[in-house]
Amino acid sequence: MRQHRSYRAFLVHRISGMALALFLPVHLIVLGLAVETAALDRFLVWSAQPLVKAAEGILVVLLALHMFGALRLLAIELLPWSDRQKNWIGWSAAAALAVGAGFILRSFA
Amino acid sequence: MKRLELWLCIAQRGSALVLAPLVFLHLGVILYAVSGGLSAAEILGRTRSSALWPAAYALFVVAAAVHGAIGLRVVIREWTAWQGRSLDLSALAFALLLLLLGLRAVQVIA
Repeated sequence: MRQHRSYRAFLVHRISGMALALFLPVHLIVLGLAVETAALDRFLVWSAQPLVKAAEGILVVLLALHMFGALRLLAIELLPWSDRQKNWIGWSAAAALAVGAGFILRSFA
Repeated sequence: MKRLELWLCIAQRGSALVLAPLVFLHLGVILYAVSGGLSAAEILGRTRSSALWPAAYALFVVAAAVHGAIGLRVVIREWTAWQGRSLDLSALAFALLLLLLGLRAVQVIA
């Protein structure tokens, strides 16, 4: 069962959710820095480093994976079953990776 | 299923339904804004251009606080030995922390 892709999708959903929940307080504290724009600008200059951008790219992929995975789960729970739903794990992963690729391409442009 | 678990399950699904379009919007804004680098003036210029932005982000914060705290509680209950009242209260404290930090951030960018 643990080799099944539904189980892997379950793990990805959980791990991405935990990572996002733990990152969220940090993100909100940084946004709160905007009370003093110079402090936020200093942070944004720091975050323009390639390694930080790459880390942000991972967070964007995690957010997209969690969202597309959640849409799949909500559809399974709330809509009638159809065989096409079997393919949605792959489509969710592909869409999340496309969003991540878009972020990396645009942030390094 | 206990009554509390049932309500938490409904709140988890309900907050997910609220979050989905907001995350979609957030990802769109990230992809749009990140090109050419970010600045405080550019971010605040956008969020202060319409009352709809702070309103959307306030809703985002409330839904994320509910969803994140319930989600962490579920994972901790299922994957660790931590159970019971102390976990429930910690999850509630985490939700309140997210609400506090989030609504403060929304107030700043409004």
